[in-house]
Amino acid sequence: MTDVGFSATRRLILQGAGAVALLGLGHPLFGLTPALAAANDKYPEAAFKAKSEADAIKALYGKTAEPSDKVKMDAPEIAENGAVVPISVTTTLADVTSISFLVSENPVALVASYKIPAGTLPSVANRIKMARTSNVIVVVEAGGKLYSANKEVKVTVGGCGG
Amino acid sequence: MASTIRVRATSSGETTEVQALIQHPMDSGFVKDAKGEIIPPHFIQQLTFEYDGKNVFTADWGGGVSKDPYVKFVFKGAKKGDELKISWVDNKGATDTTTAKIQ
Repeated sequence: MTDVGFSATRRLILQGAGAVALLGLGHPLFGLTPALAAANDKYPEAAFKAKSEADAIKALYGKTAEPSDKVKMDAPEIAENGAVVPISVTTTLADVTSISFLVSENPVALVASYKIPAGTLPSVANRIKMARTSNVIVVVEAGGKLYSANKEVKVTVGGCGG
Repeated sequence: MASTIRVRATSSGETTEVQALIQHPMDSGFVKDAKGEIIPPHFIQQLTFEYDGKNVFTADWGGGVSKDPYVKFVFKGAKKGDELKISWVDNKGATDTTTAKIQ
């Protein structure tokens, strides 16, 4: 009897687990959305492990960016010290939710990603490290779409021990 | 111990400009020391700015952010004398928190 009772409970549990799994799989498209929504306060570990900027952008946003002249990046032409490169960005795009900085030639492309809630202006300044002369890419997420700006910054002395 | 976080938050009526400077090595894990040994990664992963119980700005950082990181942003809705709470956590689980009065 205990055997039957046990297996009945077990079946219930399994059914429950199955239902949860089905819910998760139910919307292949939405499968990503909860992860991204949860990523609102969670550290995007995978994106900070990606080597290339394309992989990092995909890991972070799950889509690709299109260049836009509405994203204005302020970066030096030449950085004498790659350990401290001041870069700022501002945009006239509306509904900005996130701004990210990437350096294509760095060992890890993604440098910083900022979440911009409503009420915070889409404008960020920070200082980043650059291993060598590289393209710096800024990605702005606005209204659910990605926009980017690119600029090559020449580095005289690398900032990653190179 | 003195706080690792230095913040200046200045209100200009409608908007508040926040500048933060944090003392942290921000070791990327790609740099070798004088003996040729890799310095293990040690960097701030997340920095949050909270005003009135809500996040007004969150920074997710990798090892590519410069040592003693600096960041500047602007948000709306705060007044002079209000408080801004700033905290960070690094990849080793260390944290620091401070509050700053908006000037």
